Amino acid sequence: MSGFVEYRPYYARSFGLVRKLLRINWLFVLACCALAGIGYAALYSAAGGHGEPYATPQLIRFSASLIMMIAIALVDIRLIAKLAWPAYALGLVLLVVVWRFGHVGLGAKRWIDVGGLHVQPSELMKLFLALALAAWFQRANYERVGQIPFLIPPIMAILVPAALILKEPNLGTAVITMSIGGTILLGAGVRWWKFAIVIAVVAVAAPFIYHHLHGYQKQRILTFLHPGRDPLGAGYNIIQSKIALGSGGFWGQGFLHGTQNQLNFLPEKQTDFVFTIIAEEFGFADSMVLITVLFSMIAMGFYTALRCQHMFGRLAALGISTNLFLYCFVNLAMVMGLIPVGGVPLPLVSYGGSALTAVMLGFGVLMSIHVHRDVEFGVSEE
Amino acid sequence: MRRETKRRSIFTRRALLVGAAQTVAFGAMGANLYRLQVREHGRFATLAKQNSINDRLIAPERGLITDRYGVVLAGNRQHWRALFMMTQAHDPQAVIDRFAALMALSPAERARIARDLAGKPRYVPILLKDDLDWSDMARIEVRAVDLPGVFVDVGASRTYPLGPQASHVIGFVGRPTQAQAQRDPMLALPGMRVGRTGIEGAHDHALRGTPGIVQTEVNVHGSVVREIDRDNGKPGAVVQTALDTGLQTLAATRLAGQAGAAIVIDAVAGEVLAMASTPGFDPGLFDTGVPAATWANWMHDPRRPLTNRAANGLYAPGSTFKPCVAIAALHSGAITAHTKFTCPGYLKLGDHTFYCWQHSGHGTINVVTAIQQSCDVFFYHTALAVGIDRIAAMGRRLGLVGPLDIGMPGASTGFLPTHQWARRRKLVWTKGNTVIQGIGQGFTQVTPLGLATMVARISTGRAVQPRLTRAIGTVHQADGLDYGWPSLGLQDRHLETVREGMTEVVNTPLGTGYASRLTLPGVRMAGKTGTAQVHDLSQAQEKANYNDANLPWKYLPNAFFIAFAPVTAPRYAVSVVVEHGNEGAAASAPIARDLITLALTSTAQRPAAKPGFVAGSQTVAMETAS
Repeated sequence: MSGFVEYRPYYARSFGLVRKLLRINWLFVLACCALAGIGYAALYSAAGGHGEPYATPQLIRFSASLIMMIAIALVDIRLIAKLAWPAYALGLVLLVVVWRFGHVGLGAKRWIDVGGLHVQPSELMKLFLALALAAWFQRANYERVGQIPFLIPPIMAILVPAALILKEPNLGTAVITMSIGGTILLGAGVRWWKFAIVIAVVAVAAPFIYHHLHGYQKQRILTFLHPGRDPLGAGYNIIQSKIALGSGGFWGQGFLHGTQNQLNFLPEKQTDFVFTIIAEEFGFADSMVLITVLFSMIAMGFYTALRCQHMFGRLAALGISTNLFLYCFVNLAMVMGLIPVGGVPLPLVSYGGSALTAVMLGFGVLMSIHVHRDVEFGVSEE
Repeated sequence: MRRETKRRSIFTRRALLVGAAQTVAFGAMGANLYRLQVREHGRFATLAKQNSINDRLIAPERGLITDRYGVVLAGNRQHWRALFMMTQAHDPQAVIDRFAALMALSPAERARIARDLAGKPRYVPILLKDDLDWSDMARIEVRAVDLPGVFVDVGASRTYPLGPQASHVIGFVGRPTQAQAQRDPMLALPGMRVGRTGIEGAHDHALRGTPGIVQTEVNVHGSVVREIDRDNGKPGAVVQTALDTGLQTLAATRLAGQAGAAIVIDAVAGEVLAMASTPGFDPGLFDTGVPAATWANWMHDPRRPLTNRAANGLYAPGSTFKPCVAIAALHSGAITAHTKFTCPGYLKLGDHTFYCWQHSGHGTINVVTAIQQSCDVFFYHTALAVGIDRIAAMGRRLGLVGPLDIGMPGASTGFLPTHQWARRRKLVWTKGNTVIQGIGQGFTQVTPLGLATMVARISTGRAVQPRLTRAIGTVHQADGLDYGWPSLGLQDRHLETVREGMTEVVNTPLGTGYASRLTLPGVRMAGKTGTAQVHDLSQAQEKANYNDANLPWKYLPNAFFIAFAPVTAPRYAVSVVVEHGNEGAAASAPIARDLITLALTSTAQRPAAKPGFVAGSQTVAMETAS
């Protein structure tokens, strides 16, 4: 075999920086910038027509994280795959630190301070979990995926962080984390009937889980079932949010003229409920533009997954796209009063550094997958 | 490689499946957004408007009460107060608790706030604290974030510049009762007051005005972001009274320290120029709340400061009743101006002896002299001759008793006995009863207002209706200057006889009121003294011509004086009572004289009667100008 020079297409070899930059999906980057732009307008309005304290800091953070995203896009995906499990381990450690020493905010321990930065490990964990699972299934062939012992480590890898996040408590992110894990298992080829069993078990266990939920989580579920039950209590957010959406109409009340927003009827409007500002002031037309941008980004994520030549990239892209979808879906459904309120921001639009950084980190990986979609990943199990 | 292809095709299938599911989910989101934002836009737009726009009623300013020259007798003082709109707080009780901790509210104040919270309509702000000073306001503003729904507002409280001097006639205002506030939401507004007595009570509806409305945009904390619209409502109408501040204060000043009343009526116009009752009280206290100690004092004061003696004090009028008896007798023909009776100092009737105040007697005298010297025996005879029924009828005709619409609620009507009344009461009416009726004792009960009205009618011969109100807003209240009062239907010579007697009372040395004659050149006053016993003296005391001055205060006789002036062209009618003043001539007549003097010398701004209505009224001004 010596002397045989394996034929490798030029793009399969390590390629130059310019080449990589050209392979970045710039449409996706443009969509990110569009989202950040919409978010800037909404945050500017949330502050009553001022850049401070939300819009300008958020724009600076976005610019920084955009550079970070592009930088990550240039990192070889194989290196990222190698770092997946160490990152996962780091994520777990951070979750444990939050659990033991975290800052309490809005009745939940979600934050830790790292060098003056708020870090929300649950946000990072969703990405690290997706990468770790993708790395786990990268080499596995179809038969291995069918073996139950092979599935136990990934399932544990899903359940341990999910339990820690649930403990924070953050029901929304815990459910999202498990959904991402489940989607990756699905993409990896885990048999359908196994999912059926899990779903059945969850359905049976649901009452017990409900029993052990935190008081405010029960409250949210009850409120979701009867929003009008206590209009000034827990249902207040949902009612005010729906009023904001509905009063926007087709063309909106006009920039800086949304009464619900400007008069502070909207709860946590700059974070979780930022969509209501857009809907109230810009109306249905521009809400649909925002939703379309988000949807196109998810679609581009799926496109990356489908075009990718290696399993790691496919699964990771599937996980990251699904994460983006779940962010959007939970947030939108929440402000429309369709599901119980949970601390899930609208990606790139809501105010907040931690979620932005985590999301852009994910997008960086997604771009790296897109750039390195056809690299050789060594030999997979045959 | 085949396996790799299989894995990839499985992934592709499943990824497309997941993608399809996510697309469907996004579609559902869009559809739901369309439903909320476009289909149900109208409903939510309305809700948003209700959310942010807060309609608040504001209390109108209560109308002023002025005297005839526009001098304010009841005004409004602006002050700062903290109000609370309970609809703007998620937890009103918590806000109240924080406010109470901040302002150190007393338990009584907290109890009232709790009552208001429970009892008032939700859209009406409730009063938390009145009369804020700057430091209070600063503390509230600093803590505004913790006090959603609390706002500082300017309110008005009622002030009475004359204070106790006109307290009864002006009346006072108080907070509406819970029942009133529930019937009329306007009254539930903080700062709304209801007139309780006097002119405040009589013209309460005119004085209230109509409430305004402020539309404000509020945020979720209930803090006002901006004012959208303001309608201040209509302030209450100004009620111009006929009162003359100068006369009113003089009357109150001269009566000060005594329990009494004084009324001055413009007999031509029928206007009440002064109506004083002492002791008075501070009517402003009813607005802010009467301190318990003050209230207890009022309740235990034997002189009962809250009673309006002028309109509600019921007295046996004593000798001031004699002109009424005289006119009744003359009118009925029971006596003539020339009829004479002999006064030996007493009248024996069966086994009872009725004394004259002058035990040495007055000799044989006619009615003019009898009035001049206030002979009791003459009027014993006269009363027997005319009978109580005709006396009572004349009392009603002269306005001494009976309803008087002076523009103030609750004036007492007074009472004169009749045979019919006695039969109903199963009283055995004896001649003795009639005899003492002739000198205004016994069952006779009249008010100082009734006495003043009687004087006004005797002096003018017209059915003068005294009234307190000149104008409500711009609406002039008709008076005698506009239409002239109807005639009493009495012969002028009879009235003239009585007037002559009353003139002699003041202007002849033998008259009982000579000491209080006017000192103005060329103007004379006519009057009648009255000294009415309030305590039955024993026979022995009467025989001894008991010295009244030795009696304890509460048994001293009430002192009366009625007067009119000028004699030639009667314009001002006065009645004065000083409770337990002992002697009308000494206690009351000087007050009446001073009031008449002031009235005559300050006529410059008072309108003259229409020419021809009362002859000589123009002369009055000339007389007094000298």
